[in-house]
Amino acid sequence: MAEYPWPWQYNFPPFFTLQPHEETRQQQLEVWADLFLKYLKDKNRFSLSIGDQNSPLFHNESLKRRLSPEFVLTILGELERTGHANPLDKRRQEWQVYWFTLEDYGNMVYDWVQVTGQTNTICTLYEIASNEENSHLGFYGVDEAVLLSALRLLEEKGRCELIEMDGSHGVKFF
Amino acid sequence: MNRFAYVEARLSPNESFVSRDNKVKIYDGDQKTDFEDGEVVLTTHRLFWGRPGEIARAAVTLCLPLSYVISVSEETTASNFFGRKTRIIMHLHPPASDKGPGPLDTSRATHIKLSGKNGLSVEFHSALRETLNARVWEILLTSETIINGVASSPTSEPANDRLARIQKRTGIGGIERHLQAKAKATDENIALAFQDLSVLMAMAKDMVEVSKTISSKIREQKGEISDDETVRFKSYLMSLGIDDPVTRDNFTSNSAYFSSLARQICEMLLDPIEEQGGMMSLADVYCRVNRARGLELLSPEDLLHACEQLSGPIRLRSFPSGARVLQLDSHDDDLIAVDTLEKVEAAESLAVEELAKQLGISLLLAKERLLVAERLGKVCRDESVEGLRFYPNLLLGRD
Repeated sequence: MAEYPWPWQYNFPPFFTLQPHEETRQQQLEVWADLFLKYLKDKNRFSLSIGDQNSPLFHNESLKRRLSPEFVLTILGELERTGHANPLDKRRQEWQVYWFTLEDYGNMVYDWVQVTGQTNTICTLYEIASNEENSHLGFYGVDEAVLLSALRLLEEKGRCELIEMDGSHGVKFF
Repeated sequence: MNRFAYVEARLSPNESFVSRDNKVKIYDGDQKTDFEDGEVVLTTHRLFWGRPGEIARAAVTLCLPLSYVISVSEETTASNFFGRKTRIIMHLHPPASDKGPGPLDTSRATHIKLSGKNGLSVEFHSALRETLNARVWEILLTSETIINGVASSPTSEPANDRLARIQKRTGIGGIERHLQAKAKATDENIALAFQDLSVLMAMAKDMVEVSKTISSKIREQKGEISDDETVRFKSYLMSLGIDDPVTRDNFTSNSAYFSSLARQICEMLLDPIEEQGGMMSLADVYCRVNRARGLELLSPEDLLHACEQLSGPIRLRSFPSGARVLQLDSHDDDLIAVDTLEKVEAAESLAVEELAKQLGISLLLAKERLLVAERLGKVCRDESVEGLRFYPNLLLGRD
C-alpha cells in the first residue's frame, strides 16, 4: 500500500505536543481532527482505539514522536463535538469515527430512497451500504454499525423503522 | 551466693563504672533469694547489687569481685508479660579464704543467676561480656605486684598506660568518654573559628574605612594621580561597595525604609540590568545587592519588600511560572518574543539550555523568554523523551 500523503505538520515535531497557546492549540486540533477523518476514510476504517499506540496515525516513527493517549482523547473529543465521533465504551477507549456526521448519512440514505422510489419497502443494511450501483454515493461502503446509528437517528424522526431479524437488521422507509 | 561480700559501694582507684540495670534479682544457683528488685552496677572490677538508692548513697551493698567469674552464659525463659526474657548465669570460682562477711556463709551452688521482671537489658549484657573479656582486674594485680616487687621502677608506667588505654576503651563508659572528648574538641574548634571570624569582621570594618579614606584622598589630590588611574581606582571602589548603604537603623517606619532601599537598588542595578538584556532574576539581584553592601547585608525578605516598592525604570515582575525578576520598564514582551523567535528560527529549534548559552543568561530567564514568545504565539513547543524544545510556530503561521 502506498504511503499515506501526510500533511506537512506530520513531520513537524511540535505537532505532537498539545500546545498551551490558545489560538495555536485550536489550529492544531483542527488539523489533527481533519487528519484523523481523512486518514480513516483513506483506510476505510470507522473505528479507532486509543490503545492502538503503533498506528502510524499516532506514531511518527521517523520523527520518534507519539501522540499521548490524552492528546488522542482531546482530538476525539473535538471530533465528538462536531458530530464525527462517538465513544463506544464508558472509559472512552474505543471510538466510532465517521467521515460524515450521522445526520448527513441519514439524510443521504433517505434522499437515495426517495430518488430510487424504495419507500415502504424493506431493505437490508447490506443492500444500502454495499450496493454496487451506489458506489458514487457518500454512504457507499459505510460500516454497518455506523449506518445503524444513522438509521436509528432517522427512526427517531419517524422517517423509517428498523426491523431486527436473525441478528441482522432490515429497514423500512416511509 | 557465698562469693558475695558486704562492701561499701565506692569505686577504688583505677576502677571505673561500666553499666547498670534496674529491678534485678539474684538466684543462688537455681534458688530464688530475697535479693529482689535491686539495682546492679557493673564496674571494671566488681559487680554491685543494692536496694534502690543504696548504691547512689554509697551504702554497704552486695559485691562480687569479677575475678570470681569463670564464664557467663544465659538462659531464656517465658516472661509474664512479654514473650521471653533472658537470665544471665555466672559460673564462679570457689570463695577465697580471706573473703569478708557476706549474705550467705555456705552455698553448694557454684553459679548465680541475674534476672529481672523482663530480663536484663541487652546493653548490660554485652557490657558484662566485654568487661569480663578485658580482665582489667588482672592488670591491676600484675601492675601492683610490679610496683611492690621493683619499687618506683619505670617499667610500671607502660603497664599503667596500658591500663588507662584499656579502661578508656572498655564498655559503654568508654564509648561515652570517647564521645565526650570528641564533643569537647569540637567545641574548642568552633570557639576558635568564631574567634577568627570576629577578627575578620573587625578587620573588614577597618578595610572599609581605609577604602573610604583613599577615595576621599583621591578626590582631594586629583592632580597627583593621573585621571586615568583615578577613574580606574574609583571603579574598583564602586564595585567593592556602596558608600553609604541604607540600613534599617536610620528609619523609624518600614515603608520609608523600603522605599529608600528601593531607590538605592534601582540606582545600583540600572546599568547591570541593561547589560544583561533588560531582565535579572531575583537571585542574581540578591547576590549583587549584598555584594555591593559588604557588611550591611540584606535579608531576602527585606530585598523582596523593597523590590515590590520599585516603581521607577525598574519593576518587579512575576511570571506565570512563579519566577520573579527585576525588569526594565522599557523592556517589552513583544520585543522579547520577536527577538527570541529570531534566535529560534536561526537555529531551527532551540532547547532552553541552548538559548541560555547563546545569550549568556540564566536558564530561568531563557525559559521565561521562550515562554513569553510562546504566550504570544511566536514559538511552539515540542515535548518528547529528548526534553523540551521550541520551534517557530509554523502551526499558526503557515497555510
